[in-house]
Amino acid sequence: MKANTVLDLTKLPAHGLGTVSPSWWGTLAFMLIEGTGFALTIVIYLYLMSLAPRWPLGTTPPDLLAGTTLTVLLLASLVPNILVGRWARGQDLRKVRLGLIVMAALGIAPLILRAFEFPAMHIKWDQNAYGSIVWFMLGLHTTHILTDVIETLVLTCLMFSRHGDTPRRFGDVTDNAMYWNFVVATWLPMYACLYWIPRL
Amino acid sequence: MTRSKDGELRDTALSDRELKRALAVTWSAPPGLWGALSTVDHKVIGRRYVATAFVFLALGGVLSMLMRLQLAQPEARFIGPDRYNQIFTMHGSNMMFLFAVPVMQAMAIYFVPLMVGTRNIAFPRLNAFSYWIYLAGGLLLWIAFVVDTGPDVGWFAYVPLSGPQYGAGKRADVWAQMITFTEVSALAIAVEIVVTVFKQRAPGMSLDRLPLFVWSMVVTSFLVIMAMPAIMIASTSLILDRLVGTHFFNPAEGGDALLWQHLFWFFGHPEVYIIFLPAVGMVSTIVATFTGRPVFGYLATVMALIATGILAFGLWVHHMFVAGLPRLGESFFTASSMAIAVPAGLQIFCWLATIWAGRPVFKTPFLFVIGFMVIFVIGGLTGVMVASVPFDTQVHDTYFVVAHFHYVLVGGAVFPLLGAIYYWFPKLTGRTMSEPFGRWVFGLIFVGFNLTFFPMHILGLQGMPRRIYTYQPEMPWSGLNMFISLSAIILAAGFLLFFIDAIRSARSGAVATANPWGASTLEWATASPPPPYNFARLPVVDSREPLWTEPAELRVAAGLGVDRRELLITSVAEAVPEARESSVGNSIWPLLAALATTVALVWSIFSPWAVVWGSIPVAVSLIGWFWPKGVPEDES
Repeated sequence: MKANTVLDLTKLPAHGLGTVSPSWWGTLAFMLIEGTGFALTIVIYLYLMSLAPRWPLGTTPPDLLAGTTLTVLLLASLVPNILVGRWARGQDLRKVRLGLIVMAALGIAPLILRAFEFPAMHIKWDQNAYGSIVWFMLGLHTTHILTDVIETLVLTCLMFSRHGDTPRRFGDVTDNAMYWNFVVATWLPMYACLYWIPRL
Repeated sequence: MTRSKDGELRDTALSDRELKRALAVTWSAPPGLWGALSTVDHKVIGRRYVATAFVFLALGGVLSMLMRLQLAQPEARFIGPDRYNQIFTMHGSNMMFLFAVPVMQAMAIYFVPLMVGTRNIAFPRLNAFSYWIYLAGGLLLWIAFVVDTGPDVGWFAYVPLSGPQYGAGKRADVWAQMITFTEVSALAIAVEIVVTVFKQRAPGMSLDRLPLFVWSMVVTSFLVIMAMPAIMIASTSLILDRLVGTHFFNPAEGGDALLWQHLFWFFGHPEVYIIFLPAVGMVSTIVATFTGRPVFGYLATVMALIATGILAFGLWVHHMFVAGLPRLGESFFTASSMAIAVPAGLQIFCWLATIWAGRPVFKTPFLFVIGFMVIFVIGGLTGVMVASVPFDTQVHDTYFVVAHFHYVLVGGAVFPLLGAIYYWFPKLTGRTMSEPFGRWVFGLIFVGFNLTFFPMHILGLQGMPRRIYTYQPEMPWSGLNMFISLSAIILAAGFLLFFIDAIRSARSGAVATANPWGASTLEWATASPPPPYNFARLPVVDSREPLWTEPAELRVAAGLGVDRRELLITSVAEAVPEARESSVGNSIWPLLAALATTVALVWSIFSPWAVVWGSIPVAVSLIGWFWPKGVPEDES
């Protein structure tokens, strides 16, 4: 078959950012997978609640302090997170480095607060089904914070290395910032479910 | 040979021969074992996936023949009840999780990038990882079976039978963890396919010019993305109930056994369409090629695929009609189960219209399509029957249901798949399968299948339950059972002949040209089998049937770099070029990450601390995987 050249690609950039980049779409697809998982845990929570004679089963509603502080902290972390995303799009290496250090710290802090959230539930995972689902939901969300913190730490190291100053790495930073937004956004319905539904 | 101002070598500076030589250097894997373990070529991985899935098909087939041997006569002593429980559980789990879903996705791994005209799948290393994880999950299941720890709780592992109280030992855990392996691999492929189709299509291949097989794989991938989290959460909570004493499924402590059924079937019903939709994509492809015209009703067919995908999530309760759910709920699910027959029927009519208006050529792939239509329509009819609650109550857990789902799954998926293997074999191997052999294979499988499975409808109506290892001579079932077991030999002979033909043809079949069937889609625009870079110059598309519109020439784009693995990113809807993008090179890290993940997952069957300690090597291997290596592909 004879090839007939009808299109010139020479002027195209050698890398795409944002919606042009496959990684952006891949991150979105993984968010859809994990979001479905989070939604299902809320469905299981409500399903078990619908069967129970009273809720929460065999205990009092969770204490609000640790969970609410964590929620406020996560919401506050959105500001530097959005800024890091913006600086990465502007390819400002100095600010991105600074922002990533801040975001790594803001990723570790909720993990510390989370350690206080488990006891605030007033129940263990193996006491009854209520305990099982609240530990499962907290555990699932904690894994997401943890994976994002590790990713942020690795990216921080990368941005301080000789591999840092390229559009590809800045793209990684914006995708990571998008993922952190997702981690925060998924927490809000989980927080409402875990802390406020037992108080209805 | 001249380099551009920025020092890059572009294909515009090279003659065809120089270009092919340069691309081969950039895109090839190193020779030998290291190359085999580190390759990220979607064709190599796709072929490996297909071959592995067919090995599991053969193993699952052996199990079914063992069951037929046992059931051929009443009070048989060939297999005891415990082993029989393992065998039917293994047969179902193996066929669904290790054969049917992976083989469909494997075909997509190989063909979707070729059909959309790109050089590799999106996220090639994730693709390699996915294969190793799938292989590990398969080995876990089969090694456990060999050492008498095969799951024995049915392929849907209902609690409380699979729970801590009744499922002693590690058999149910092996099943649940095999789910984790196969779902991780399936989810990874789904993401790769969606991104490949959204962002790597040939310029001009707008969404309304997408080949129907590619459409079917996009819808399937979204089904995987939305359905498989349910089974992962279900199997994880089952393991937690068994390992650390959670109470998700324990009614005594506020849990619920039906919760398991809801979660399982919320995945399990879409699973049927995850297997079926790729098959209808194959049917559309084969029908178009062997009638010499485009499929009638492109838009209607695409809409039917999407409608089936959406409705697939509204049917799960029809697997639970005898579980004592509210009457209103049952009526709703009866209606939705009958409704899904509409898009399925619509596609059948579109294919019939295509055949009617075209000039059908009755080669082996097309014979399998005809067989599919006959068998699938029968399976669809019994499907509408069991959608009705009173009828389902009567035949639930009998051989009627066994007959129904084998008609739907073997007729609806395996027939199109075998047709697709005959059809695409030249592209997969560079050689053609034998046409006379193919006719025998089709004849034996078609006749053998119907003689084996049609009488099961009657056995079910006569009250024979599923999953019994033997039955008493007083029951009126022995004659039909003997007939079924003898017929199964015909069916098995057909598959044996297929395997012999495939292996023989791969070695010494007639050498295939680039487009032996005169088909219209882009995978036929390159050599059989394609070179590592797929296309020397990326095709440009201005119609749905690019190779039929301009049979003599291929419209191509120029200007891509050849120093690094480079492909083209285009816009989601219109496929307008947006950027040149690198595609990662070979790497051993996906294999190491898969090994680390395997250790963590298998260990976690025995100890919850495996999740803590086992994730450290996983994290290390992932960092090794993503850390830049200073290769040209890292540049931007």
